[in-house]
Amino acid sequence: MNHPLDIVLESSTKRDFIDELKGVPGGERIRDCIQCGVCSGSCPVSYAMDLPPRQIIASIRAGLRDRVLGCNSLWLCTSCYTCSLRCPQQIGITDIIYGLKRVAMAEGKVAGATRAVAMATSFAGQIEKRGRNHETSLLMSYYMKTNPFAMLGMASLGVKLLSRGRMPLTGEKIRGIDQIRAIVAKTREIGGL
Amino acid sequence: MRFSYYPGCSMAATGRAYGESMNAIIGRLGIDLKELDDWNCCGATSYMSVRELLSYAISARNLCIAAKQGMDLVAPCSACFTILRKTDHYLHDNADLRRKVNEALGAAGLSYEPGSVKVRHLLEVAVMGDNLERLRAEVKSPLTGLRVAPYYGCQTLRPRVDFDDPEDPHTLDDVIKALGADVVNYPTKSKCCGGSLMATNEKAALRLCRDILLAAHHTGAHCIATVCPLCQMNLDGFQGKVNAAYGTDFHFPILYFTQLMGLAMGVEGTSLGLGREIVAAAPVIARHGTGPKAPFAGKEV
Repeated sequence: MNHPLDIVLESSTKRDFIDELKGVPGGERIRDCIQCGVCSGSCPVSYAMDLPPRQIIASIRAGLRDRVLGCNSLWLCTSCYTCSLRCPQQIGITDIIYGLKRVAMAEGKVAGATRAVAMATSFAGQIEKRGRNHETSLLMSYYMKTNPFAMLGMASLGVKLLSRGRMPLTGEKIRGIDQIRAIVAKTREIGGL
Repeated sequence: MRFSYYPGCSMAATGRAYGESMNAIIGRLGIDLKELDDWNCCGATSYMSVRELLSYAISARNLCIAAKQGMDLVAPCSACFTILRKTDHYLHDNADLRRKVNEALGAAGLSYEPGSVKVRHLLEVAVMGDNLERLRAEVKSPLTGLRVAPYYGCQTLRPRVDFDDPEDPHTLDDVIKALGADVVNYPTKSKCCGGSLMATNEKAALRLCRDILLAAHHTGAHCIATVCPLCQMNLDGFQGKVNAAYGTDFHFPILYFTQLMGLAMGVEGTSLGLGREIVAAAPVIARHGTGPKAPFAGKEV
């Protein structure tokens, strides 16, 4: 979706938005973007994005903070790194999108992305609980947070995986889970997104 | 060659056949893998979206253990490979991140010096040194006539690998050719399968899988070879949903490159985890007269 007739008052922009992302690896080069569009042309999901990668970079520089944090692109990115690989200015676009996701989640600007957020938080829960990701529990947790009935649509695949020994019912827990918990606690203390 | 080995969470579950086939063939190539002691989940793409520092710190715990084991670290899963490798690189490049990650690791009595562990993909190990020569020497029943579409996926090659050309990869082609099979070329061989987008936006992810399957179909390939458990899961487990969504009739067996290696070495199918795939490989393999026919448990689904 483009915004051809959309007028944004300069007073409503956040010109320092770009500074929020300069700590992200690869994010320090956002100002070097030449708007060539190789990122958008290479992205396998840009067709479905309301702000393709090139427009994300332009919007960050224009200070359109709310538009960037509210776009669906953040939750469509598959982290395939094609944009980062091909960027002639070596801008770490994938890592910038990760950074934008974290800001959006921290500020609760995730209205259109409940499923992606549920996946991310379910995953984090797995690691903090056992140190490893038990795929079966991950999906159960994810569907309970989103749409438990959607599990029915997955039942057929689930049965096939189960019968082929690809869906163990119990997960493993690491011995050093206390180390993981200590690391989690310490990073909370250090802060940051 | 000896390496530390990072299995990743899929190897005991959806990617079980990958682990089984790898274990069945790796010794024949003279490669010795020592599992990383008490490894933890790499965090994959999901954790990075929640908290950056934590995700690097959790991933770095594995690198600390690998540094103690004193060998290069091999990851067969492309997502694990990318995360572990990226963590080492970014800690090297970014002093502030390195300081904070080491502060967090310090709470667990650990610390990591970037560059002390070299992270490698299993595909990279397969073509390192004279390993391709060793592989050729181990081939007992060449996969002659089998047309294989090599699928590299995305994170095997990106953001920055040094063992292959990310825009025009050839290492998996080289392995398949060494097995005596025919390699087909197609434009989506390193395009993304969607990864975990399959759970959060199925429609978009199915389209990505369709693009891969369709391009492979046009080459007349009999099967697709993968090097990542998530790619295998999406292309295999969701192939039926692709067919339902797009009115196609794909029935591509999606095999791990290690399974093809095992078949060419004459290893029995069950030891290679054959039969665990959703789209059965047995008909394709039987038609081409490679490998033992009896042990396949898989049925046409």
